[in-house]
Amino acid sequence: MRPEISRAVSFIHIFLVTITALSLAFSLVTTQTGLAQSDTPRRPSADEVNAIAKKLYCPVCPNTPLDVCETKACEDWRAQIRDQLAAGWSEEQILNYFVEQYGERVLAEPMRSGFTSFVWILPLIGVVLGLVIVYQVLKGWQGKRDLEAVQIPVEDQIPAETLARIEKELREID
Amino acid sequence: MIADFGLVTLLLAFMFSVYATFASLYGGWKDRPAWVESARNATLLVFPLLSGSVMIIVYSLYKMDFSLAYIADVSSRAMSPFLRVTALWGGQQGSVLFWSWIMAGFVALVLVRKWEGDRELMPYVIMVSMLTTAFFVGVVVFITNPFVRLWHYPGAAELTTALFQPAGAMPYTPDDGQGLNPLLRHFGMIGHPPTTYIGFTGFVIPYAFAMAALITGRSRGDEWMRTTRRWTLVAWIFLTVGLILGGRWAYDVLGWGGFWGWDPVENAMFMPWLTGTAFLHSVMMTEKRGMLKKWNMVLIILTYSLTIFGTFITRTGVISSVHAFAKSALGPAFFVFIGLTFLGSLSLLFSRWGTLKSEHQLQNFISREAAFVLQNMLFLAITFAVFWGTVFPLISELVTGTKITVGQPYFIKVTGPLFFVLVLLMGVAPLFAWRKQAARNLGRAILYPFIGSLAIAAGWGYLHRMHPASIPGLWLVSFVILAILTEYWKGVQARSSSRGENPFISLVKLFSRNQRRYGGYIIHLGVVMIALGIIGDGFFKQETQGTLAVGESLSIGDYSFRFEGLRGYPGSDGRDVVEAQLKLFKGNRFIRDLRPRRDFFIVQEQPVTVPGVYSTSGEDVYTLLLGWEGGSQDAATFRIYINPLINWVWAGGVALILGTLVAAWPAKKERQEVTYVLRPDVLRGVLAQPETGN
Repeated sequence: MRPEISRAVSFIHIFLVTITALSLAFSLVTTQTGLAQSDTPRRPSADEVNAIAKKLYCPVCPNTPLDVCETKACEDWRAQIRDQLAAGWSEEQILNYFVEQYGERVLAEPMRSGFTSFVWILPLIGVVLGLVIVYQVLKGWQGKRDLEAVQIPVEDQIPAETLARIEKELREID
Repeated sequence: MIADFGLVTLLLAFMFSVYATFASLYGGWKDRPAWVESARNATLLVFPLLSGSVMIIVYSLYKMDFSLAYIADVSSRAMSPFLRVTALWGGQQGSVLFWSWIMAGFVALVLVRKWEGDRELMPYVIMVSMLTTAFFVGVVVFITNPFVRLWHYPGAAELTTALFQPAGAMPYTPDDGQGLNPLLRHFGMIGHPPTTYIGFTGFVIPYAFAMAALITGRSRGDEWMRTTRRWTLVAWIFLTVGLILGGRWAYDVLGWGGFWGWDPVENAMFMPWLTGTAFLHSVMMTEKRGMLKKWNMVLIILTYSLTIFGTFITRTGVISSVHAFAKSALGPAFFVFIGLTFLGSLSLLFSRWGTLKSEHQLQNFISREAAFVLQNMLFLAITFAVFWGTVFPLISELVTGTKITVGQPYFIKVTGPLFFVLVLLMGVAPLFAWRKQAARNLGRAILYPFIGSLAIAAGWGYLHRMHPASIPGLWLVSFVILAILTEYWKGVQARSSSRGENPFISLVKLFSRNQRRYGGYIIHLGVVMIALGIIGDGFFKQETQGTLAVGESLSIGDYSFRFEGLRGYPGSDGRDVVEAQLKLFKGNRFIRDLRPRRDFFIVQEQPVTVPGVYSTSGEDVYTLLLGWEGGSQDAATFRIYINPLINWVWAGGVALILGTLVAAWPAKKERQEVTYVLRPDVLRGVLAQPETGN
């Protein structure tokens, strides 16, 4: 056998072996993942569903969080969340889906964008404004100290015995 | 037949209350005592007249006179007599009548007790309080009348309601009524409306006095505040108890494991409580230091308007939908009344603005005055945040057409930090002196509570290191408790060392000598207890849900539950009950059986989830039966909550009542400890008096 041929054969050999090994490994990996999938289908627990439902409000009943709402509609929506979780959706995707379907009102926590952001901003402004007013008021009261400075000497002019007598009489009045 | 008498007394009550409003205004304005006395007599008649209407509704409920639409709506044969009687406030018509009746009772009581003492203010006190009463009685008469009857036109599919027989219609009396909403059949909901209404109407009294003081120009003096101090406290405690009962009801009946959901109806009641609490505090500032006079006026006006606003929201359901507003005349009527009284009071206040000057000055920013002002600002900021969150869905719908929800997370995030500062202030502020507080003394006063609270928080935080966010809350609660206890300890020590009393007697005397101060501290302790419950609810709550076959178990925390089976039986008050039997274990130790139920009310076709609860001082194990599978009933779904510290909320409520009793209990003898310091203006007054020579 010519050395080139034998080299080519061995090359083909190695190539084949490698391909086989790789494909074997690949098929093994894929079957394994396939097995894993059919063995334990990802079935989200009720707690996982509730954790997301808690962030949503029932789209039809007034002021009821979805996780505790007892209507049939809410039951179906929770089932939908379960299916979406099972299909591998993230929490954000699910929340977005519900907002798209039923509008902003399904979110328990109002958004921080658009007109809705005012619900967050105004209380903040209120507190800042409140603090400013408190400061101004206290400052204003402090400014009156001058008045007191005028009044104090009146007290000083009264003899000690008079003060004592007045104290005594005031006590008797009480 | 007898119901017609109720209608007659109701109409008379309306006429008298309108008459009293105008007669007192005229008498006060033109200085005609005869008119004022006439107004007083009319006012005193309104209460017995409304009592007549209320009695007749109660009697009709008891006798089940289903020809009245209201009775047919809220009562049924299956309900016990007691429950039927409480249905007086189970529906709208009855509630508003009940509200008016309590209001009229308060006004009558004021007239009986205060007539001699406050002659000058009385005409306007009558006017303001009777205007409010007349509005509510008017709403009962014209908009939501409980004496409306059921009528039937021959051939018509639906019944008609009208006061008097429409032409061609026949009287109609159903065999049975609809019955009270099953959710309302709970002691919390039986006690909640009366306490709330007493609280709401109670605040009308200080408001009426405040307005009278403004109108007569006697607002400079603080008499109106002294006169109404105890009324305000009574109103406040009833409102507080109403809130707590409402929370307890939600916890026991609504089946979501919590007690406060920041629902518009809850917020509607919470807002006047917030401003009312701020008012109680700012009044102290005026009494002790002659400051914040304008501010008191603002607060009592706000509180009054918010109580009416609260009734408006609860009764019209306007927040859940704008469309509820136009459904009946109720919404517009309330809206106009609130608008007019609010603007009227404010313009009155501004017209007297100049007379309400502060008498004293502030020496330092670190002083009790400053703490009071900051505290009032915080209360108002919280009120605003709650108000804004409550009405924002409405505003959003009106402005952009988009419906949005402002749910629990908003309220927790926005008001949480403000409440933190407020509670902190509650611990520190009583340690501040009036005028100015030397920083060193303050440091000494809070040193031990501060060190102690750090130690407690560190130990506690270590045990709960998986919830680091709870540590500031735990520190806060322990700090405030220690600070308050230190105050008691200082008071007792001062007494027992100076008078040689035994400490227990000192403590008792401490209370009797300064009821308001030490009663107030009990109230503060109650607030901290409630805060502790809220921390438990907010940070340590656990929940799980699972479907179990008979014999299977579910575990959460240290607990596990074994499902033993379901049992169905007919219950009282027209319901079918399905009850689950659960065995509760802690570790391997059996604790007790729990029986969460679902009651199905047959007539109303409404299920009610009744939790099975194992309650300890540390935590509640709260189980709910959510449903079961098919007809075989051998598998059921449960939700289980571990609610740590929740019982502190209820215990805190009891402490609030206790503290208020101590603070407001009429003292045997009005003997105050001499605590005054001679002031130049007082001295000058005394010196100007001629010597009497005794």
